[in-house]
Amino acid sequence: MEKREVVIVGAGPAGLAASIEAAKAGAQVLVVDLNMKPGGQLFKQIHKFFGSSAHHAGMRGIDIGTELLDEAQKAGVELWLNSTVIGLFPGNKVGIEDGSKGPEKKLVTVHADEIIVAAGASENVVRFKGWTTPGVMGAGAAQTMINVHHVKPGTRAVMIGSGNVGLIVSYQMMQAGIDVAALVEAAPKIGGYAVHAAKIRRAGIPIYTGHTIIEAVPGSDGTVSKVITAQVGSDFKPVEGTQQTIDADLVTIATGLKPSTELLRLMNCELVFDGAFGGYVPLHNRRMETSVKNIFAAGDTAGVEEASTALEEGRLAGISAAESLGYILRGDAEKERDVIWARLDALRMGPFGERRMIEKKKILDEFNGKVGTPVPEFQEV
Amino acid sequence: MAIHETGYLDYTELAGLRHVPSEKRYMQGPVSVIECVQCIPCNPCESACSKNAIHIGEPITNLPELDEDKCTGCGLCVSRCPGLAIFIVNKVFTKTTATVSFPYEYVPLPKEGATVRAVDRKGAYICDGKVVKIINPESFDHTPVITVEVPAGVSDEVRSVERSK
Repeated sequence: MEKREVVIVGAGPAGLAASIEAAKAGAQVLVVDLNMKPGGQLFKQIHKFFGSSAHHAGMRGIDIGTELLDEAQKAGVELWLNSTVIGLFPGNKVGIEDGSKGPEKKLVTVHADEIIVAAGASENVVRFKGWTTPGVMGAGAAQTMINVHHVKPGTRAVMIGSGNVGLIVSYQMMQAGIDVAALVEAAPKIGGYAVHAAKIRRAGIPIYTGHTIIEAVPGSDGTVSKVITAQVGSDFKPVEGTQQTIDADLVTIATGLKPSTELLRLMNCELVFDGAFGGYVPLHNRRMETSVKNIFAAGDTAGVEEASTALEEGRLAGISAAESLGYILRGDAEKERDVIWARLDALRMGPFGERRMIEKKKILDEFNGKVGTPVPEFQEV
Repeated sequence: MAIHETGYLDYTELAGLRHVPSEKRYMQGPVSVIECVQCIPCNPCESACSKNAIHIGEPITNLPELDEDKCTGCGLCVSRCPGLAIFIVNKVFTKTTATVSFPYEYVPLPKEGATVRAVDRKGAYICDGKVVKIINPESFDHTPVITVEVPAGVSDEVRSVERSK
């Protein structure tokens, strides 16, 4: 059986950051990603990121991705692309459908001393009449088409959802030359940052809060040609007589994400439901280790947030995995973690981050209550 | 109406929430107008300013504060703000006209000298304006800054131009 010291699932910001830290410390690291290209969602993010200017803020996601990839390569990280982790098995075995060696995929089992699951998140769906009509897609799909493949998915779009994904992808669709007819938001408030909403508004695009989509109506060619929306009451049910019809050939859905925790479930990692993080998330400690020893989680898998927080959580997991292997002394690892947690706390401040800061603390507390604080095997001599 | 319902602020609402430049400062020439009203963790504008005129400090969720006497209206912060929320307003461009500079990340870019349709914060047409300058050096990282000349009196409202198709 193949062996690696650290296997990381996912080459997004969390997985790459984890791989860099672990490899720099001296660990032998394999990153597995099912996509043809590494970077997760980073290479789709053509906008400039918020955050501290000391840590990538003001840089576009795509450039952060390039920088991370470069660092990972320099640190000697091994990367299997086009390869899917199909399961984690007792005894720290990672089942991989390896597509990195050529067109033919092969099942490989790799034994890993430490496993970091940074598998990201998946988009939530909304069901409405005509939701399977061609032209209805997740905002993430539309973003991949325009920013990665340079293909316009339509000419005139209605965006469902006004969180940051809805606002940013609407802006990027306009940059790609697609008209955005409107944003439709069921909640009474715009979900995302005001500055993102302001970009949409000064481009003349209305944001209909307290509205929902009723139907995507197909035209003669079977693809979306009209979108019917309506106001919703306080019960979120459509109000009779408020329907309006919008001409559009594209419906993009940005109604939140949920953590991809399937692999953690397979390992019986303890999960808890947390609405602030998009659904079931693994209990973990300050080392990002789950309730199962030597299994770590980082990034959206550990609770949906932003690329900036995913990067920092990935660093925590990478340092801690290297620490478990004995490459970093416990005291040193603890010092590095303190610095990173301080940065995470700063990123989780303010009206948008506060709830996540509180909930993250709850998850850490619950971990300590249920699992206790495990001591890494290698102690400072 | 609150910003989280409409997605924009009018100038009076903005001035109620944030420090905007004083009338005295506006009369001295170009100055930054920072339209960032939510405490989000972000501080690139602070380090962008070579005159140390923008202060955020710790924590980085603090709103940026402008020292209007240090600000020269150079515009370095405009392209650095990830939220595209900083504008430069020059209310004394000529006796009868003002200029507004704003970030513009669409193609095609208008041409210098072109007449454009200036719009307010909700995209509504205000007046025709003339593009007096477009700066787009590599250091702006694909966020060109356009300066349009508009009649004096609308410079608190104009914040962009209609996209050309």
